[in-house]
Amino acid sequence: MSQLQRFLRRTWQDFYLVLIMVFLYAPIATMMVLSFNSSKSRTQWGGFTLRWYTDMFASRNIMAALHNTLMIAFLSALIATIIGVAACIAINSMKAVPRAIVMGITNIPMLNADIVTGISLMLAFIAFGISLGFKTILIAHITFNIPYVILSVMPKLKQTSRSTYEAAMDLGAGPVYAFFKVVFPDILPGVLSGFLLAFTMSLDDFIITHFTKGAGINTLSTLIYSEVRRGIRPSMYALSTVIFLAVLALLIFTNFVPRRKPEK
Amino acid sequence: MSKKLLAAPYLVWIAGFIIIPLALIVYYGLTDRDGAFTLANVVSIGTPEHRKALWLSLWLSLLSTIVCLVLAYPLAMILRNRGVGRGSFIVFIFILPMWMNFLLRTMAWQTLLEKNGVINGILSLLHLPNQNLINTAGAIILGMVYNFLPFMVLPIYNVLCKIDDDTINAASDLGANSIQTLLRIWFPLSVPGVISGITMVFVPAFTTFVISNLLGGSKILLIGNVIEQEFTRGSNWHLGSGLSLVLMVFILLSMAVIAKYDKNGEGSAF
Repeated sequence: MSQLQRFLRRTWQDFYLVLIMVFLYAPIATMMVLSFNSSKSRTQWGGFTLRWYTDMFASRNIMAALHNTLMIAFLSALIATIIGVAACIAINSMKAVPRAIVMGITNIPMLNADIVTGISLMLAFIAFGISLGFKTILIAHITFNIPYVILSVMPKLKQTSRSTYEAAMDLGAGPVYAFFKVVFPDILPGVLSGFLLAFTMSLDDFIITHFTKGAGINTLSTLIYSEVRRGIRPSMYALSTVIFLAVLALLIFTNFVPRRKPEK
Repeated sequence: MSKKLLAAPYLVWIAGFIIIPLALIVYYGLTDRDGAFTLANVVSIGTPEHRKALWLSLWLSLLSTIVCLVLAYPLAMILRNRGVGRGSFIVFIFILPMWMNFLLRTMAWQTLLEKNGVINGILSLLHLPNQNLINTAGAIILGMVYNFLPFMVLPIYNVLCKIDDDTINAASDLGANSIQTLLRIWFPLSVPGVISGITMVFVPAFTTFVISNLLGGSKILLIGNVIEQEFTRGSNWHLGSGLSLVLMVFILLSMAVIAKYDKNGEGSAF
């Protein structure tokens, strides 16, 4: 290939990357700019203001929703991780047929449409007589989080060798001690990524929460939905800017900080 | 023996919160208000109103899936050929919007497309006529593509990264030109990722009610809107469940397609 051709191809590819990047980020950037606009109009710049940010932090609704969102994300990820890791160990020692059945059912919440999962859980809560509220959102989030934990931990668990675990047992360790000393350090990266995946999935969920939340409680997603349907207020732009920066910080931390360790 | 016990909490969870809920949908879908067996709820998909919603959902989600595929494949190829690692910053940039709250992403497009939104503001600055952008099928497709594009990019990129450079070099050494290499090497080897991407875009797009609600206004009803309204407003849960069963048939079909083409789970996004 000639130099010119290579140059042209490279330029064309850069152009395409930039184009997609603009498509992905222009809406987010627009919201960021509007969050500092003192005019409520979306087309006129009325000067710089931080009013929408103070509005947002002063809003009891938004702060309550933020609190609920973080509590549910943390608790559901934690509980899903505990149940999921225990399930992985058990599934790994199952025979082929029961294992295939359990893994098949595990895939259901991931492949099913969120709207069906949400409705089915709502029907079940009502049938069980559990009143819709914080509890039911938490249970629903644990339900759709467990598969992400299992799918993150399972491959790591398959890589660990049985013989080291058995060697630890031969040397006198109890099964629990042997697990935490020998197996757990090996699967820890999978456990952590499963936890983080579960946490972010819970943060992002709207549809399942919408059906299982009941009246009087909101997460950020459901609050945004009801606000947006009434007309977008600028404090929503402030909120989205803050969320975007928080997600950015979290992802940079999880993606780039742990990666450096093995290189040292 | 103790290992079997570890499965207990999960098995109880599966039974209580996956199996029973799905069984309840089947029960509600196949009964009327008095609890008698009926197929009326499922058959009501054939009424003109519901059929229209179903076709529109299929049509819009199919179109947005195609647009996503057309945009994502070259993107994934460029990213792969740049030889950037999986954790690299440039890949990160294209995945990042996926983690931004779904409602906020859709709200952003509402801000841009509205009657006195940003795009019309720019048009009137340039003395161009205002466009009616929001509450159209096009706005819904745009919202779907924007929201679900990373779900297409990620599995294709993951699968392309696994293709060995030597395979590509061998093809060109044997005289294949770039189009032949694309059609005979790249594409067949990336099928698992493509299939997985298609289902990851198609299923949420087909069943959405949020995007159509925020960007399509109240006049454009997708099948997801119909079901959502039966549960939140109309409160005919039997009809809503019956229509959900129809949705599940489509999802099962797409699962069958995945199982056929992606036997080893190579195309998974995570």
